[in-house]
Amino acid sequence: MTEYALILLSTILVNNFVLVKFLGLCPFMGVSRKLETAMGMALATTFVLTLSSVFSYLVNQYILAPLGLEYMRTIMFILVIAVVVQFTEMVVHKTSPLLYNVLGIFLPLITTNCAVLGVALLNVQEQNNFIQSLFYGFGASVGFSMVLVLFSAMRERITAADVPEVFQGSSIALITAGIMSLAFMGFAGLIKV
Amino acid sequence: MADSRAVKSLRSSPHLKQSVTVAQIMRNVVFALIPVCAWSVYAFGFSVLLLLATTTLVCMLSEAMFCRISGRTSSLGDWSIVITGLLLGLTLPPGFPLWMAAVAAFVAVGLGKALFGGLGYNVMNPALVGRAFVQAAFPVAITTWSPPFLPGRFTELIPSTLTAPFMMPEPIDAWIDQKSIDAFSGATPLALQKFEQVSTPLTELLTGTVSGSAGETSAIIILLGGIYLAARRMMDWRLPVGVMLGAVIVSLPFWLLDAARYPDPLFVLLSGGLMLAAVFMVSDMVASPVTPLGVWVYALFIGMLTVVIRLFGGLTEGVMYAILLGNAISPLISLVTQPKVFGERNKS
Repeated sequence: MTEYALILLSTILVNNFVLVKFLGLCPFMGVSRKLETAMGMALATTFVLTLSSVFSYLVNQYILAPLGLEYMRTIMFILVIAVVVQFTEMVVHKTSPLLYNVLGIFLPLITTNCAVLGVALLNVQEQNNFIQSLFYGFGASVGFSMVLVLFSAMRERITAADVPEVFQGSSIALITAGIMSLAFMGFAGLIKV
Repeated sequence: MADSRAVKSLRSSPHLKQSVTVAQIMRNVVFALIPVCAWSVYAFGFSVLLLLATTTLVCMLSEAMFCRISGRTSSLGDWSIVITGLLLGLTLPPGFPLWMAAVAAFVAVGLGKALFGGLGYNVMNPALVGRAFVQAAFPVAITTWSPPFLPGRFTELIPSTLTAPFMMPEPIDAWIDQKSIDAFSGATPLALQKFEQVSTPLTELLTGTVSGSAGETSAIIILLGGIYLAARRMMDWRLPVGVMLGAVIVSLPFWLLDAARYPDPLFVLLSGGLMLAAVFMVSDMVASPVTPLGVWVYALFIGMLTVVIRLFGGLTEGVMYAILLGNAISPLISLVTQPKVFGERNKS
C-alpha cells in the first residue's frame, strides 16, 4: 500500500510531468486560458492517461514481449492511445456536447500529448507491473490536472494584469510556468526514488 | 433664532477618517523591517550591510530601468521595491557573494514583478522568485553559512562577499576556523536538527544568536515588527497566525509520536526563516487571497507545507517553496472561496 502511495506522491508532486519532466506542455499552454476548459481537459486527460497507461502495459506485456516485437513499442503505443482518445471523444460527445464544443480540437490532440506517450514508455522503462502502471498513469494525470487547473486560475488573473505588450499571451504564460517549475523544485527529495 | 453652531454637517458613507495609500503602508513595512536588518548587521557584521545595500540598490535600479523601458511613470516612490530588496537580502546567507545577490535582485524585479506589469499584478512574491532563482543557479553559495558574532566582523568582510563577478566564491571554512573560538560545523539549527537530531536552545533562537540566512535572526524582533504592522492594520494578522497554526498542526503529531527524531513545535516556529516569512512574506498583499475563508486556507497551506518539506524533503528549509506554491494556488483559492453575495439565492 505504501508503495502505491509513494508512486502517487512521486508522480503528482516530486516528478510532476509538466513542471519537472516538462512533458505535455502543449495542452498545458493551449487550454489553460479559462478555468472551465482547463477542468474539462484535466478530466479528459486523466481518463485517457490512466486507461492508455494500463492498455499499453497490457499490449507490451502480452503482445509485444512474447512475439519479440519490442521495437514496435512506440508505434503500438501511439495506436493504443489513439484508440482510447477516440473512445473518450465519443463518450464526451454523447454525454456533454457543451464540453465537447469547448474542448474542440484539444480533445483529439490528447493523442499527441507527449505526457500520455511518456507515461506509457516510462512504465516499460521502470518495469512497472499492472497495478503500478495503473497508479503511475493515474498519478501522472492527477499531477497534470492539478497544475493545469492551478495554472489556468493564475492565467485568468494575469489577463487582468498590465503586462507589457511584447510579453502578453503565451510568453508571460511560459514565464509563469517557469516560476511555478522553480517552486516545484521544493518537492525534490520528498521521496527517495 | 437658529444657532448655526448646532447644525451638524451630515455626509453619506463611506466615513473614512483618512485614506491609507500604498506608499504609506509600504513605508511602515520598511520601518518594521529596519530593526530586523539592524540586528542582522550587528550579528553578522559589515558583510550583511553590503549585502542588503546591494540587493536594495539593484532592485531600485532595475525597477527604474524597467519603468523607463516600458514607458511607465517611475514606481520607486511607492517603497514596495525597497521591501523587495530588503527581504531578498534577508533571505540570503550573510557571506553571499555580492554579484550573485545582484543577479538575484535583478531577477526578482524583472521576472517576479516588471514582466507582469509592476506592483499589484505580480502573481508570486518577487523577492522569493529571486531567491528561488539563485537557489537553483548557485546551490553551493546559498548554503554556505557563517556564524554570527565573529570577532572583527565590523572591520573585515566575510571573504566570499567580494567575489569577482562570474567567479566561484572561495571557501570560507579556513577563515571561520581562524576567527571563531569554538569549532563551527557550518550547520544551521535546522540542519543540526534534521541530520543530527541536535536541538538548539530556544533562547538562542529567540534572540537570534544562531547561524542562518541574514534575516533568520531574532524571532522576537521580527514578531515585534509584525505586531506593529498588525496594530496599525497594515497587515492581515490572520496570515502569519494561520501560517504558525499550520506549522504547529503538522509538527505536533510527529513530535508527540517520536520526540527524539522530530522537532518540537516551538522549535519549528522559531527556527529558520519561518517567522520572517510568516510576518513579512506571506502577508504580501498582492499575492495572497482576499476572501475571508481564502486567507485561512492560504496561510494554513503554507504553514503545513513548510513543515512537510522540512521534515521529509531533501532541503532543510521549505518556507520559500511553500510560499511560492501558496502564491501559485492563491488565484484558485480566491475563485473557490468567493463569499456569498448578500441577497444571492441558491441556484436550484
